[in-house]
This record gives sequence, C-alpha cells and structure tokens, in this order.
Amino acid sequence: MTVLTDLYQEVILDHNRAPRNFGPLDHPDRTANGHNPLCGDELRVYVALDGNTVTAIQFEGSGCAISKASASLMTEAVKGKSTAEVDTMFRAFHDLMTGDPSVREAAGPQLGKLAVFEGVREFPIRVKCATLAWHTLEAALHEDAKVASTE
Amino acid sequence: MATAEPKAVFDVESVRRQFPALAQEVYGKPFVYLDSAASAQKPNAVIEAEMQCYREYYSNVHRGVHYMSQKATEAYEEARDKVSSFIGSGCKREVIFVRGTTEGINLIASTFGRQRVGAGDEVLITAMEHHSNIVPWQMLCEQQGAKLVVAPMNQRGELIFEEYERRLTERTKIVAFVHVSNALGTINPAAEMIAAAQERGIPTVVDGAQAAPHLGIDVAALGCDFYTLSGHKMFGPTGIGALYGKLEHLIAMPPYQGGGEMILTVSFDKTEYAEPPAKFEAGTPNIAGAIGFGAAVDFLRGLDLEAVAAYEADLLAYGTAALQAVPGLELIGTAQHKAAVLSFLIDGVHAHDVGTILDHEGIAVRAGHHCAQPVMDFYGVAATARASLALYNTRQDIDRLIAGIGQIREVFG
Repeated sequence: MTVLTDLYQEVILDHNRAPRNFGPLDHPDRTANGHNPLCGDELRVYVALDGNTVTAIQFEGSGCAISKASASLMTEAVKGKSTAEVDTMFRAFHDLMTGDPSVREAAGPQLGKLAVFEGVREFPIRVKCATLAWHTLEAALHEDAKVASTE
Repeated sequence: MATAEPKAVFDVESVRRQFPALAQEVYGKPFVYLDSAASAQKPNAVIEAEMQCYREYYSNVHRGVHYMSQKATEAYEEARDKVSSFIGSGCKREVIFVRGTTEGINLIASTFGRQRVGAGDEVLITAMEHHSNIVPWQMLCEQQGAKLVVAPMNQRGELIFEEYERRLTERTKIVAFVHVSNALGTINPAAEMIAAAQERGIPTVVDGAQAAPHLGIDVAALGCDFYTLSGHKMFGPTGIGALYGKLEHLIAMPPYQGGGEMILTVSFDKTEYAEPPAKFEAGTPNIAGAIGFGAAVDFLRGLDLEAVAAYEADLLAYGTAALQAVPGLELIGTAQHKAAVLSFLIDGVHAHDVGTILDHEGIAVRAGHHCAQPVMDFYGVAATARASLALYNTRQDIDRLIAGIGQIREVFG
C-alpha cells in the first residue's frame, strides 16, 4: 500500500512552504514557460549561463506542493552544473519515477537530495507535477520550445 | 449541523444498494465517491441492460431482415422513445443519439451554426461555460468571420441577466449556455434566458450535461431550440448522449457526417439524405450504449424526482454549511440557485494536493480546472477541488470529506 508520507516528505513540504530561488532573475540568458494542461499549472524558469555553466537560476509560477518543491530543489541542484550535467540529472530524475527497479537504483545516487521524489512513482498521475520544472528548464537550455508542456 | 430534514421520503440506502461500485474500499477505507459531475456511477439495471443486449439480442440496427437485427432495432428505438419522453420532447424524431454533450454541441455548431452564422454575426455564450460549449463556437466564429460574445457573471457565479439581455442584438445569431455549471453548480434561469432570446428571434442551445441528473428536463416548457445530454452523467454508459432539436430545424439542417444509415439513396452523382434522426446518425451507432442509456432513464423515472431534488438540496445545504465552517476554506460558486457542486480552495494548499490526500482517505474528488479555464481565470485561480454530489451520496460522505480535509491540515500543518 502506498503511504502518503512517502509522497509528502518533510523536505518537499519545506520547499513548498518556502521555495528557494523564487521570483524573476534580472537579465537572464534563457527563459522558458512550462505548462501542465492537465491542471493548468504554469511555471517560468530563468537561467543565467557562463558558457555552458548554469550560474544563476530562478523560477516563478503557481503549482501544487510537488511541482513547487521540485522546481525549488531543482534550482538548488543545477546551480554551477554544466548543461550536459543538467541533462544527465534530468534523465536520472525521470528514471527515478518511471524506470524499472534497476534503472531506479542507478539513478538514485546521482540525484542526492532530489531522491526525495522517489515516492512520487507510487502516484503516477503526479509524475507530471514533479517533472514540469525539469521539462521547462530543458526547454530553456536547449531553446527547442518556447513553452514546455508535460503532455 | 442544524438543517431541515428532507421533506419527501427518499430511501438513499436502497438506491445505494443498486450501485455496486459504491460498496468498495479504497486504500482500506470505505469508498466515498464525490466526483459524479465528472461521471456518475452506474446502477445494476444499466450494467445488466448493456450485458443483456450483447448476450441475447445483439446485432446491427436498421439493416438486417433477420430476427436479431429486428430485436436490436426495437430496443435501440425504444431507448430513443424513453429519452424523448424523459426530456418532454413531443416527437422521438427530435432526439438524435450522439457520443455525448460535446458531440451534440459540435453537431449544432457545424450544421445549424454554419447555416445561421456569417461574417460580422455574433454567437453569445456565458462566462461559466465548459470548454465544450466554448471551443465549438470559437471554431465556428473563426471559420465564419463571426464574433464570440460572453455574458458576464457576478462573484457568486450567477449570470448578470441585464448584461446578458444587453448582448442580445440583431447581430446575435445563436445563444448557447449551460443549464447547470459543472465548475460552480450555478443553475441558470434557462426559461427566462430562452424567452429573452426568443423575443428577439434568436435560437437557443442549452448544454444540459449537468442538469439532467438533478433537474427535471422539459424541453417543450423551456422552449429551447436545442438541448444536449450526456448519458454517463445520468448514471448511463459512456460514449452515448442525446441531442434534442426542434424538428423544423433538424429538417432544414445539412447532415453532420456522411456515411451509411444517414441516406435514402446514393449514386456517384448525388445522395439523398434520410429524414431526421437518421440523417444525423451516420455509421453504426453505439447500440448497447443507447440501450443502457434507456435503462438509466428508466432508473431515474422509477424514482420520485421531486423527492430526489429535495434530498439533494438538503445534502448540498449540509455540505455547504460544513465546508464553510472549515477555517481557511473558501467556496467558489455560491449562487442562490445551485445544484450538487461544492468547489473549494484551501488556503495555502493546491487543489492537486487536496485531491491526493483525500484520495488516500478513500474519497474521490476532482482537482483541476474542470474544463472551465475561463471560470478559473475569473476567480484568479489555476484550479479548485470539487466535491460533486449525486442522489447516492449521504451526509456521512460529507462528514468523511470534512474529516479528510482535517488530514490535509495534518500533512501541511
């Protein structure tokens, strides 16, 4: 049976209450909007880059505890990372929630604090909440879409 | 909660026993279903009717000379009779089987709409429409160079009638509005709205998806030109609904889709169309679904609908009072005339989190924009949680909801 506290871990509740790196960023190099058509949630990610390195990142928007905490923890995790490292983290993060057990085991150690989202896998409908910020960041970094969507 | 007891006698327990899905546990807790506005659960009679069709007399309709086809055709057409008399249509030819309300509205927009609406014309809707009564008209207006006009509502979620009337002009070619709002529960003054349009010679389309399970529908008394229903909201199967249209319109309208069933004769030069309703039912229809829909109508007609309405009104009053007593909870949609819907916000907690935590208490509610994003925009929110009631819900269900909301506070502090 799934347990609610696996989903709403203290770290997640904390980042929901007090999201880090929240608000616009002055002079961003990249921005992207994310949209979850399922619930209407919208998110905006601002990134400053030095070459391929994320030097600053901020986000704003409205969303559920999972999406807000995921965005907040993501901003902490990717600061100082190269875009290639961010791509790898995103894949690992995605695997953590959707992959089979062996993939998950490999993904966990690469993620550090982000591993708190493992509980989301028991709530498949909420996976999109957790990945919205990451889809949006990927869109900002690769400029492959003006609006990232979970659909 | 000191609210009056229902006036008429309605035995909810005997009704609940007819709905097998309600007698289950979810996460080890008795299942509380508060999402009937999204789709209602099904009574045994509906489930049995569909199974019986497939077991005993299934065949295609209106085609075969054989025994089974005859039986299936009779049952399918009998279902049309039942729907026709349930909504007070004088003539069964005025009832077209469609997939649901959405298809009903699309049918009108792309046939009647294209005939009636031209460049510079207007289609009038209200601020509380479901996407299914916005997008088809938007598409029509785009195609025809016409304008979609919206009649506003007040903060309680009630239509501002003078504003509605002011928007009925010589440019208005169709008025389309929801009878009962799915997101707010508002019951619109349909008869008055139709009369005001009619005085100006403007045809009316009523989205009755949420009204049919709660209000008695009488299209003749309403005087509307079109009325649409979804079977699955009325305890019937999914994928089946009905469109009522005045016969004079149905005769004058072009067909919706081309294919088998909707023709008299076909040659490579020319096709002669069948008369309504066949003209609008191209292809093999949802036969068993229609028969199940007929059984759902029988189920509803077997109840004292006035007693049901009194019971639901009591339940809504009980639920409203109970939710309003929760600190930090705001009800969205507080119209004076309201049905069966309790949309709410909890301070500091997103609707999705509300939905997930209630789910773990065994309580099913909808969390989201309810396919009514303009309504959400009006209230400046992305989403609400919505508990919607049906005749099988009880005060205990509301008590469980309130206890579940207590759990939300436990998690979120």
